[in-house]
Amino acid sequence: MVNAIEVSDISKQFVLRHTRSIKEAVVWLAKGRKGDLSEKFHALKNVSVEVKTGETVALLGLNGSGKSTLLKHISGVMLPDSGTVRTRGRVAGLIEVGAGFHPDLSGRDNVFLNGAILGMTEQQVNDRFDDIVEFSEIGQFIDTEVKFYSSGMYLRLAFSVAVHTDPEVFLIDEILAVGDEPFQRKCINKIQELARNGKTLVVVSHDLDLVSRICARGILLEHGVVKFDGSIHDAVALLRS
Amino acid sequence: MSATTPGELTTPGLGGGLRDLRQSGFLLKLLVRKELKVRYRGSVLGLLWSYVKPGVQFIVFYVALGVFLGLERSPRNPEGLSNYAVYLFSGIVLINFFSEALGNAARSIVNNGNLIKKIYLPRELFPVASVWVSGVHFFPQLVVLVAGCVIAGWHPDVFQLLAAVAGFLIVGLLATGLGLLFGAANVYFRDSENLVDMLLMVATWASPVMYAWTMVQEKLGAAAFAVYQANPVTIGVELFHYAFWFPTTDGSAAVPPNLFSLWTPVGLGIALLVLFLGQLTFRRLEGRFAQEL
Repeated sequence: MVNAIEVSDISKQFVLRHTRSIKEAVVWLAKGRKGDLSEKFHALKNVSVEVKTGETVALLGLNGSGKSTLLKHISGVMLPDSGTVRTRGRVAGLIEVGAGFHPDLSGRDNVFLNGAILGMTEQQVNDRFDDIVEFSEIGQFIDTEVKFYSSGMYLRLAFSVAVHTDPEVFLIDEILAVGDEPFQRKCINKIQELARNGKTLVVVSHDLDLVSRICARGILLEHGVVKFDGSIHDAVALLRS
Repeated sequence: MSATTPGELTTPGLGGGLRDLRQSGFLLKLLVRKELKVRYRGSVLGLLWSYVKPGVQFIVFYVALGVFLGLERSPRNPEGLSNYAVYLFSGIVLINFFSEALGNAARSIVNNGNLIKKIYLPRELFPVASVWVSGVHFFPQLVVLVAGCVIAGWHPDVFQLLAAVAGFLIVGLLATGLGLLFGAANVYFRDSENLVDMLLMVATWASPVMYAWTMVQEKLGAAAFAVYQANPVTIGVELFHYAFWFPTTDGSAAVPPNLFSLWTPVGLGIALLVLFLGQLTFRRLEGRFAQEL
């Protein structure tokens, strides 16, 4: 099996206190760049991860351990300070469902817009439109503006667009709690189906029971450092202890 | 977000700049359509606002400058500009396009921060979509302008129509370049959008929109006038005057010296240079957008 994702030795520092005005920056420059403009902390520190094609990996860790930051590096939203990230094939993030939705547009317009944002071509959206609507169970409300949707409907439609983008690598960030129980089960089935079809999955979730059902491998992060990398059951056990 | 063959490893997050837009044509189209739909949502007049606002602006300027300050030529005021209404409006529509394009492009990155923070896509899309939307809003104003010109006896030749295209192109490229520059800077310093507002206020008066270029030449020396002339917006406005206003007059009005042989290429060159610098800055800054927004 070839690698779908290669993360080698990446570090990322974040700035804690921001300077937001030119005045402060000019004063700082005038003083001969004394002191640091801002405090920094390591969100990721020398992280190396390799994921093979078709693997299902869960990123685990407490809040602030760097899981989402790592996911953003894999998707290309963030660039590392040092080290390299490389991916194979198209990567799509189911990162916060509905990020590209506009409340004043109809469901139909949002399917097109969101599909395009997630990298689909016009042809692909047209072809899959009926499947997307059917999967979302939105039915006749597809031409209603999404601001009138219930939060469940909103999430269902957004999730439905995302799973129909058909990339090689799926990044899933804390979105598995979608809609009511039957729909949630449907989503999980869909994700398992993707995994069976050889898609690479990287999942971030705090629902440990759920990720142990979906993923085979678990990576435990703590303060931006990889603490454990192995089977999902060992990783979950370690996090719980 | 180009489709790469699954055979190779690539580094995510490194875009090809404005070249990426060719692959994202579909997304650009949808973003423009979204902006157009959302712009006048919930208003009774809807798209009519695109006519009403410049219409009122035009009337105010025409009455204040043309009538009260005596820029319009009349039997009692032979020194004025003939067809001042056409002169004024042809400049205003171009300045409006520039102001809207640059103002929105400068805010586009911050306004779309939620998306940029979560999903990777060519971020140049947002400033470019803003300029595109302004181009669409420019169109109804152009229709009104042409209608006014026809009433005033407009009879343009091909060269004059080409001048209008050149003027629009220069101003559009300049707005895109500055939009990329200020849009990226705005992520780090929100002062940027205020700077743009100020710049746009100055731009309206730093070009011969309300007054004639001859008045500037009289007051300034040759050197200072050359600086004034080198402003691409000034060149754009003068090209618009040549295209829309000049053919409605008796042809005795003076065209700025060397407008076509020197200033049009200069304006185009400066606009392209600004676009290049804007793109360069944008690419240097965009790597940290997600964490700064």
